[in-house]
Order: sequence, then structure tokens, then C-alpha cells
Amino acid sequence: MDHALRGKSAIVGLGVAGLGEAPGSNSWDIMAQSAQAALADAGLKMKDVDGLFCAMMEDSMPVLMAAEYLGIRPRHVDGTLTGGSSFVNYLASATAALDAGLCDVALVCYGSNQRTASGRLVTASRLPPYEAPYKPRYPVSGYAMAAQRHMHQYGTTREQLADVAVAARAWASHNPQAFTRDPITRDDVLAARMISDPLGKLDCCLVTDGGGALVLTRADRAKDHAQKPVYVLGAAAESTHRQISQMPDFTVTAARESGKRAFAMAGVTPSDIDVLQLYDAFTINIILFLEDLGYCAKGEGGAFVADGRIAPGGSLPVNTYGGGLSCTHPGMLGIFTIIEAAHQIRGTAPGLQLDGVDLALAHGNGGVLSSQVTAILGSEATL
Amino acid sequence: MTPDTHFREGLAAGEIRLQRCATCGTHIFFPRVLCPACHGTDLHWIAASGAGEVYTFTTVRNRPEKGGDYNVAMVELAEGVRMMTRVDGDPHEVRVGMPVTAYVGQIDGAPAVLCRRAEG
Ligand SMILES: [Zn+2]
Repeated sequence: MDHALRGKSAIVGLGVAGLGEAPGSNSWDIMAQSAQAALADAGLKMKDVDGLFCAMMEDSMPVLMAAEYLGIRPRHVDGTLTGGSSFVNYLASATAALDAGLCDVALVCYGSNQRTASGRLVTASRLPPYEAPYKPRYPVSGYAMAAQRHMHQYGTTREQLADVAVAARAWASHNPQAFTRDPITRDDVLAARMISDPLGKLDCCLVTDGGGALVLTRADRAKDHAQKPVYVLGAAAESTHRQISQMPDFTVTAARESGKRAFAMAGVTPSDIDVLQLYDAFTINIILFLEDLGYCAKGEGGAFVADGRIAPGGSLPVNTYGGGLSCTHPGMLGIFTIIEAAHQIRGTAPGLQLDGVDLALAHGNGGVLSSQVTAILGSEATL
Repeated sequence: MTPDTHFREGLAAGEIRLQRCATCGTHIFFPRVLCPACHGTDLHWIAASGAGEVYTFTTVRNRPEKGGDYNVAMVELAEGVRMMTRVDGDPHEVRVGMPVTAYVGQIDGAPAVLCRRAEG
């Protein structure tokens, strides 16, 4: 039997703003420009929004700040902050809220000017008390330790990690919205300055400005809007820890559970998916998520990504816009995984558009591999 | 006294204090008021033996004028808990699986759990 919420909501508008560098804008400005772009894409007005879903790094009550800035009085808000996965998480909560009648038009939005403001990754979180004295570089050191453990346990190599970055850049080279488009080689990645071993500079996501927004409505009115609707077929979350020291097994993420439940809800299997958009804050993420989402066995992710399998022309397209590694990474990336997944289904991708995409997966990650959220989106044909 | 305070007073006295759940036997770090395994509340303090092993680590790259590269490690103590710490010595010689002995040293003037390489 179908899951009660399968296909009950649809993404009807997509918007981005300030990608790359946005001098003269603060984070709230970029958020608002993204929201306006998504509403214009949907053919809706700001005053139509009655459900607001927003996380920002500038305020402890960002969803209230966002509503104030946008000049709306939403009757339903969700500001749950699970780090970069927050926006994929909102696909689940917005679907439930829409289905329950708590709101009719849900706006999910984000913006950051971290690049022009500070030139480095801005994070809303202070270091956890039992970890701060050791001065890990947050968050990269947490991911580096996961990579180190994966290498020890499974023989994963820096070359294999590098292939993830090379693939991301190859996709980005076709995307005019991408911040870095010059092709790179495995040797370039290996020769880049080390940051936190075994991760070097090109194993790490970009630091950019940028914002993104989505508009969702109930599926039954989704066709009233300007764009081809993209349906939320499945969305599921799981979290395991906040401090990296408390992660049960550094080589296994909660994507195993979030993925299993998202696939079950959508009624599809990993091999049915046409394109994957995975949260690539660091190269190790892709290897872990491909394993945990069921694309290869645990420990085989390194070999899986080698030799261009996830690059343009490979058998499994991953992060077709260039991802956080090469397109954009304004502090939290989650919303962009959804935006690219939806574009691929609509046929409106800013970079390489694949043929015949009906099913796309967007996977969000938050904290230090802490929160995992998987969503499966589909075209009308998949309902 | 809060569990956190008790742990910090232990550090000040040169002792690495862990909690042990009387109901299921699980050792607990970080300190708290319930057992994360069985959710029992009958917790007792013990002093860790200090025996441990590097579960994973990273070398944080840092300019020489800022103190140079340093180690951040995840160490599993014999009692079964894992904590973030630092292994003394050349950070580039730390390895996963390396046996270590945890002790109370100092970071920036405050007591903190550190590790030295164990023999063998
Ligand atoms: Zn217990």
C-alpha cells in the first residue's frame, strides 16, 4: 500500500540568487531575492505564502526574521535547524503540513553572504564543550576523521577521494552558474594544500555566497501553476549524534536508514533513480552516501567512484550541477540538492540537462555527518 | 553537583572520571543524568584505567608561526567510551589502531585529557 504522504505535495517553483559572489547584499537580502525568484517561477505572489520554512545562520530565530523581512504573517512556520540537511528535512515537514491543511503555499528559503562577508565558512554552531579544547577545524576535521577511518578499514585511497572532486568539476564546467568551472585532474586534487589530513583544499566544498528557494503546494493544485510540477514521492530523516566523537561508526551514516525509508515511501529502489544530488561538503561524503543509500556495498565506495562512473558520461550521474565542491556552497547546501533534482525532472537544469529524468534523489547532510535526510522526487509519470 | 562538574573536578584532581550504568553495565562519556543505552538512571562514577587505542585521527595543518601542524584524535578507552583528544608527539606519526595511554594534562592552562603512545 502506498505511503499516506507519497506524492501529496509538489514543488512548483524554484529560485536562486547571489550565487558565487554577491557584494552589496547581506544574507537576508539573498534569501529574499531567492524567495521572489521561486514565487515568480511558480506564478505566485509573496502574499500567497502562508507556510514558511527557513533556517539561516545569522539569527537564533531565523524563520521569524525571514517572515518579518518578507512582510508576511505565515500561519505555519518551521525553523528546525539540523545544519545543511534542514532544507531536505523541510520537504518532509512541508508535505505533512500541506497535507494536514496547516498551510496551502509553503515557501522554503535560504541565503548567505559568507564569502563576501568573511571569506570563510560560517557556521551557526559553537564547538561542543568536550571537543573544543582540542581545536579541531570545524567541520572539516570531523569529516577528515571519517575519511581516515574509511581508508583504514576499507583501503579507500586519496586518489579515489580525488575522483569525486574531479567528477564534480567536470559537471560544473558545463554549468554557467558554477563558481569554479576550470577542469581539474586527480593530480591537481592530490597536490592541493592539505587542510586536515587526509583532506586537502580540493576535497573541501567551496565557500560562496548564494541563496535558494522552493515553493510547494498540495499535489491536487500543483498543475495550476506555471511550471511542470515535481512531486515529493518520499522523504525521510535520521540522526545519530551531534558531536563527531559520538558517531556510532565513522564509516556508516544514518543515510542507511533515511534512504531505506525514503525509498520505501516512494515505492522505488536505488536502481530506479535517474540522477542523484548528494550533499558533498567533502569528497568522503559521496563515498559514504553511495554506500549507505545502497549503490554499492560498504567499503566499496572508493572503487565505485573511480574512473568517472559518477562524472558526465558515467553510468550514475551524481551532482549534475557541480555540487558544493564546484558549483556553490554558501554555508548550507541542502536546498541546492533539491533545486537541481527538480530542474533535472522539469528539464530546466542550468548546466548539463540529462534526457528522460523521471526520478531524482536529493540527499541532505547536517552537522558532522550527524543528520541525514533523503528525498525522492518524481515527475507526473511516477505518481 | 552536575555530572559535567563532577567530570571537571575529576580532571582538576588528575583523574579521568567516567560513569558506569548499574543497570546495563555500559560506560558513559560524555557525562549525563541517564544511560544512553538503556535509559537507566543508576549511574556510578569510576576512574578510567587510561588504556586506549586510536580509533581515527586527523592532522590539522597549521602554519609554523601559529604553532605548526597538530593532532586531533578519537581514542577508544578500554572501558568502551570514545572521546576527542590529542596524541602527544609528531602528529604525522599517529596511526589508527595505535595503543595509547590517556592522562590528564593541560591545554591552554586548563586540565584536559591527552594521550601518550603506549609501549607495544
Ligand atoms: Zn544502561
